[in-house]
Amino acid sequence: MPNQKDSPDLPAKDSPANAGEFRVIGVPRRRVDARAKVTGQTRFADDIFLPRMAHCKLLRSPHPHARIQKIDTSRALAHPGVYLVLTGKDLPIEYGILPVSQDEQALCLDHVRHVGDPIAAVIAREELTAFEALDLIDVEYEILATISDPEEALATPEPRIHEYGEEGNIHKRVALEFGDVEKSFAEADEIFEDIFFYQGSTHLPIEQHAAVATKDPDGKLTIWSSTQTPHYLHRALAKVLQMPPAHIRVSATPNGGGFGGKSDPFNHEIVVAKAALLLDRPVKICLTREEVFYCHRGRHPVLMKFKTGVKKDGAITGMHLQTLIDGGGYGSYGVASTFYTGALQTTTYHIPCYRFEGCRTFTNKPPCGPKRGHGTVQPRFGQEVQLDKIAEKLKLDPADLRLRIVESPDTVTANYLRLSTVNLSECIRRVVKTSDWKEKFRKLPEGRGVGLACSAYLTGAGLAIYWNKMPHSGVQLKLDRGGGVAIFCGATEIGQGSDDVLAGIVAEVLGIDTFDIRLFTGDTDLGPVDLGSYSSRVTIMAGNAALQAAERARELLAEAVAIRLEVPKERLRFADKSVFDSAAPEKRVPFHEAVCLAEARFGTIGTVGSYTPPKSPALYKGGGVGPSPTYSYTAAVVEVAVNPVTGWITVPKIWIAHDIGRALNPPLVRGQVEGSVYMGLGEALMEEQEFRRLPKRLSHALVHKFPSMLEYKSPTSLDMPDVVTELVEEPDPRGPFGAKEVGQGPLLPIMPAVANAVYDAVGVRIDEVPITPEKIMKALAEKRAGRNPRYGPRHFPHVDWPEALRVPPPWEGGDGNAVNDVPRHSKPRPEKEKVLSS
Amino acid sequence: MIIFPVASQKTSHIRMTLNGEQVDVSFAPYKTLLEVLREDLGHTGTKHGCELGECGACAVLLDGKPVLSCLVLGVECDARNALTVEGLGLERTLHPLQDAFADPCWISILMRVAIRFAQHSPASCAGAPDISRFLRPLSPPWSRLRNRMDQRNSIRVRGCLAPRS
Repeated sequence: MPNQKDSPDLPAKDSPANAGEFRVIGVPRRRVDARAKVTGQTRFADDIFLPRMAHCKLLRSPHPHARIQKIDTSRALAHPGVYLVLTGKDLPIEYGILPVSQDEQALCLDHVRHVGDPIAAVIAREELTAFEALDLIDVEYEILATISDPEEALATPEPRIHEYGEEGNIHKRVALEFGDVEKSFAEADEIFEDIFFYQGSTHLPIEQHAAVATKDPDGKLTIWSSTQTPHYLHRALAKVLQMPPAHIRVSATPNGGGFGGKSDPFNHEIVVAKAALLLDRPVKICLTREEVFYCHRGRHPVLMKFKTGVKKDGAITGMHLQTLIDGGGYGSYGVASTFYTGALQTTTYHIPCYRFEGCRTFTNKPPCGPKRGHGTVQPRFGQEVQLDKIAEKLKLDPADLRLRIVESPDTVTANYLRLSTVNLSECIRRVVKTSDWKEKFRKLPEGRGVGLACSAYLTGAGLAIYWNKMPHSGVQLKLDRGGGVAIFCGATEIGQGSDDVLAGIVAEVLGIDTFDIRLFTGDTDLGPVDLGSYSSRVTIMAGNAALQAAERARELLAEAVAIRLEVPKERLRFADKSVFDSAAPEKRVPFHEAVCLAEARFGTIGTVGSYTPPKSPALYKGGGVGPSPTYSYTAAVVEVAVNPVTGWITVPKIWIAHDIGRALNPPLVRGQVEGSVYMGLGEALMEEQEFRRLPKRLSHALVHKFPSMLEYKSPTSLDMPDVVTELVEEPDPRGPFGAKEVGQGPLLPIMPAVANAVYDAVGVRIDEVPITPEKIMKALAEKRAGRNPRYGPRHFPHVDWPEALRVPPPWEGGDGNAVNDVPRHSKPRPEKEKVLSS
Repeated sequence: MIIFPVASQKTSHIRMTLNGEQVDVSFAPYKTLLEVLREDLGHTGTKHGCELGECGACAVLLDGKPVLSCLVLGVECDARNALTVEGLGLERTLHPLQDAFADPCWISILMRVAIRFAQHSPASCAGAPDISRFLRPLSPPWSRLRNRMDQRNSIRVRGCLAPRS
């Protein structure tokens, strides 16, 4: 019988500084879902095969912007093997992830907004039959003008891509001011103004989106889906299908990667649910890779203008940031993304005065949404590259400059984000040391360079997607007379290791092995609500809920065992599957007996734990995006080699230090760091969600330039450099056992560190992502011609910014509220959405 | 344009060896080996990711050589020998490479290294070789893999290691 321990004595190299304090936490171990995954037994959504299962394919718009005049599905319906054809009139109710952007329909009724927008669905006996029948659906379109980028959107108010939003094709504008920024510039010794552009990219999970829906034996709806957010999907299904949520079960299958691309409720999920109900048979859909590119919800392309005032010693006096965001065809998380492009600038370095203006426009392209780092990645690039320029002008080492201005722990920032532990200084010191920064910076031969950058990231969004007063995460524990423990929680395993986090925490508290624990996660029928796997919230929120539930269980067991052993319960220890007297360890009962004693005394044992984030001091409108229980910090040094003739860049090595609070399972944590580095490198060097126009003699449609894994460039294992990872562990009181996040933070510093390294290597600034050989060569040509050796955007378009909401920062006596009321540009906000739609 | 409608196609039949056992299977002739494995043989451990042979999630060993099963037709596999991730381990313990990896994205690498291991390791149980030592002589991409495994505390495995022949 294979034993959890048939693997190995793993060396203690990864143990934290306080090794020996815990038996499970911080000890390298195989993650709980590993065996199933490496033996190919994990059931992902597309691995589900049910009797009588039918297959669904979606017909998608070939036009970027059009009205549907007519759809004739009769030929498709007549095709042998086709069971059902659905169109927009079968699913007209609008939905969307954010209450303020309920702008999607499962199948477009009359208005398509990007190439790939779904308009009809065929459900057939085989997948290929469904594909064939798509060609038999006749559609007449009225073509509308295409809006291809934000500048065009600003200049083209009609035709409107959406009837809601602020005006024309502007989705959302934000203007916030914390302190008098103009005054802060007057007090500065130097002012820096830079414009940066960050291109969009997609998540590229190896697993495409897939879902299987069925009417289960007692007539209720069940859907298995590769989703990161079963709870939000649950709410959307109830709304669109007009069914009580209690009659719908959503089970999130383990994701083969999500990265934010699977956190919206999707057209294909709602379609298969509807089809399953109509046909009374299981219906499966798996998106093709090309469809995943068009489904998107990836990194927003953002144009940024930074104006920063600094003193000679590097202290920042004030910052004014403007962002122009390309939203694509739908809202998705976009309003939150807009706020995120301004929210976290103040979390790393002290910024006493801050003004932020952001504008998101609609365009006729696949909708953008959250991708690892969600909206904070783009401005972090700008901020870190600008800081490099500032350091150069002030003749300061970039590491030294940052060390001087790092924000302090336990403070509230100008925009009212409450920081807990801040170990950014230690992260900087570690990468400086391990990379030999002092020997290399500005000292390597021509063509070789190093660059440094830092970042911060949230550990979970402080507010839920829909306003409510309930916990963000809940855990139920069941304890068996046989010594087994079951964890029930809505948290979703997307590959980040959330199941292992939950098991590790419970195993530590109860003194058992993670192998003794069963997990039932991501299922709306089985476990209490967890809001989902996004914003790096799971370790801290589900983890704290699990900790509470486990401690309550331990309390019950301790009470019962204390009576049996006649020992004060405070002296009892839970370890090695036993409960024993710490003063006399031979007085012990095995764990399973402790459960029996407790059950005999109290009745059936079951405990719950829940977690709600602390209230944020940011009380102003818009203050809901940015707050988090605590923030992680990262510093990275990237070494590059640039060929000055071809512009070709290679990255031989990366040193990275991450302030994680506590690494609950060190190999898992290192995996997340390396995975973040990998994804950051992809964005830095090669990934671009680019669009082109088909020739005029065809449809002239705005299509994705390379919607395939062959052409969309993403790093392979051969491109991956050696990564030296340092974990900085000062336990944070907000996290379970002090843990903070690691799934997203380590990605953010990579792109600016690459840009800074390229400057160190060949003396050119690429103020854009991705940093490609073509751009380097153009900048080198500028350099040779004696002009500004830079490649990047030159111009930030005019935007009619609204009057800024003025919120005095804490040190000016502010209380988190705005001191002015601003007139609304948009229609009045709809009634606060009821918590349960019915 | 529909050239050969599904409804008109007869099924094909092959007999092959899958993970050491003989199987007979009938399927629509247009199917790839990947589809036959997943849909007709119930072996869903091999995944699809890109439809065009770029991602490696569909890698299997066919007659001992790594192939992308999404680019191999089912009808090409009559009388041949396939090894998938389900067949990598022995009955009692994980194959040492399964032990070292815990991520489906590594299936492709896992399959390729498995074949190298089968070529170089002794046929009988021989103790506990260190995986990293095995990988050391391999060419640069694999040595980078070795470095990464060293970084992650590469694992010493006890037990029988000979893969199924």
